[in-house]
Amino acid sequence: MAEKERRKKRFDRSVKVRCNGLYAISSWREMGFLAMPRLLLILGLLVLPLTLDMYWQRVLCIAGIYALLALSFDFLAEYVGLVCLGGAMFIGFGGYTSGVLNAYFEWSPIVTIPIATLGGAVMSTLVLIPCLRLRGIYFAIVSFMLPLFSVYIITALGIFGSTEGISALDTLPNIWVEQYVIIGAIIVALFGIRRLVNEDIGLIFRAIKDNDQAVRASGISITAYRIKAVFIASLIGSFAGAYLSHLYGWLGLSLFAMDFSILPIAACVMGGMGTLVGPIIGAIILVPMSEALRGFGQLRVVLYCLVLIGFILYKPEGLMNYLERKYHQFERWEVV
Amino acid sequence: MEKEPILQINGLSKAFGGVQAVLDVDFTLFKGEVIGIIGPNGAGKTTLVNLITGFVKPDAGSILFKGKNIKGFQPHKIANLGLVRTFQVMRPYHSLAAFKNLIVPLNSPRVRRTSGGKLGDRDSVAIDILEEIGFERDARVPYKTAGSLPLGYLKRLELARCIALRPEVILCDEVFSGLSMSEIASMIPLLEKLQMEGITIMMIEHRLRELFRLADRVVVINFGKKIAEGIPKEVMEREEVKAAYLGTGKRK
Repeated sequence: MAEKERRKKRFDRSVKVRCNGLYAISSWREMGFLAMPRLLLILGLLVLPLTLDMYWQRVLCIAGIYALLALSFDFLAEYVGLVCLGGAMFIGFGGYTSGVLNAYFEWSPIVTIPIATLGGAVMSTLVLIPCLRLRGIYFAIVSFMLPLFSVYIITALGIFGSTEGISALDTLPNIWVEQYVIIGAIIVALFGIRRLVNEDIGLIFRAIKDNDQAVRASGISITAYRIKAVFIASLIGSFAGAYLSHLYGWLGLSLFAMDFSILPIAACVMGGMGTLVGPIIGAIILVPMSEALRGFGQLRVVLYCLVLIGFILYKPEGLMNYLERKYHQFERWEVV
Repeated sequence: MEKEPILQINGLSKAFGGVQAVLDVDFTLFKGEVIGIIGPNGAGKTTLVNLITGFVKPDAGSILFKGKNIKGFQPHKIANLGLVRTFQVMRPYHSLAAFKNLIVPLNSPRVRRTSGGKLGDRDSVAIDILEEIGFERDARVPYKTAGSLPLGYLKRLELARCIALRPEVILCDEVFSGLSMSEIASMIPLLEKLQMEGITIMMIEHRLRELFRLADRVVVINFGKKIAEGIPKEVMEREEVKAAYLGTGKRK
């Protein structure tokens, strides 16, 4: 019996830190331990543009748009229980509002982006209100149809440049402003939503997801709260849309492209559903990856799918859930 | 003292396709009493609760709550009037901590209105209610996620969610089912205490012995129809009630 057996032992590093807020401020080490991932993320996002060349900086801006959409999808799906495939509608409404204001009234992007964020969100919410009675897959289907519906309205009426779109919109001053606007928006939206889901209103959203009938029995109108949730999600999406039209300096029917509805889901699967930060990381990996694979021509989509299938098979919990668990665990080999 | 009616059900009917779930049921709840609704499985008891609380729309009849017809109201409107229910199959918010489950009713318009905006710290109000309903304060139980709680606590949580709304009438849909004798024994004083506070309780129950300790009156339902009403002991002696529970005994 000379052979020694080894066994992997695993500890949870900071049960105390996670269980009880009071312990967390008891030492600098614990505080650092809690703050580190957040600081790393914020600093990482802020430093990222400095390390990239012009082309990839541009890609980062696009990735940021998808990151915002993925965040809004994750919020609605995992915290409110609405699987909303209307990302393209948020982008379209936001993008068209700001583009049209810029082209017809010549307002500067500083004015049009905030107006379009609000206006696009109001329009998206109004359009989605009749669908809020639907649940699960039915809501998903209807919200998926709405962007296509908008495309047909625009082409049929021949408004806003119809199929041609409107070009020569004002763009943001330079690539640095472009990048930091979207990065700032991501950070604000992420930490805003993270806070929101633990406030009373966020708890009600989560309760609606867990059991909507019980929420009604508790005297709360689920439709009213779903409207609020959709409005918050569409604020994020419409901002991304408004930003996109000024990033390209052009608006057209491709703002309603299906990519905006579908890719955020892939980003959520990769990053980890329900983590909020995961989808953002997922989008920032997936979009540049799709660019990097451009050299493979048609094979690009195949490789892209392989990566996704790999994630679904081997890490179905997503990157962020995996990393979070590992971060909270020690592992060491012990001789028994 | 003349008893004051708080909930009057008249001619309430509901059919699901060809199945007559509830047919022409009428009875009255008086303020402060405990009324039991009993009947065999599938008699339409839960449908009755669903009809009264607006989760299912009645085909015919009227429901007067404090003299006001609430038929056709949305469930949350009815809950805000002070007519609340528990669910037979418990519906906790699994992902939230037990005490956070109560944040939902504590944010309802009814609680906001009755507390006059001076509710204070909602979390501590929630913990207080849970303690009152039998969650140990020192234990970690209120802080655990509701999805991880055992059945006994979930039943209490259902009731706690009702109490948080400061109700006038509670419709309890089988709060004792699935509980052990000792758990039921500890639930009974809770219901008695609620009654002492002036809350009217309508209980749907299969555990007759425990129900009869609490109920002032019982209503017996079979195949959607009311077949008897009265003092528990007397009602159970009636032939039609025996027949509903035990069979008709035609073979002689």
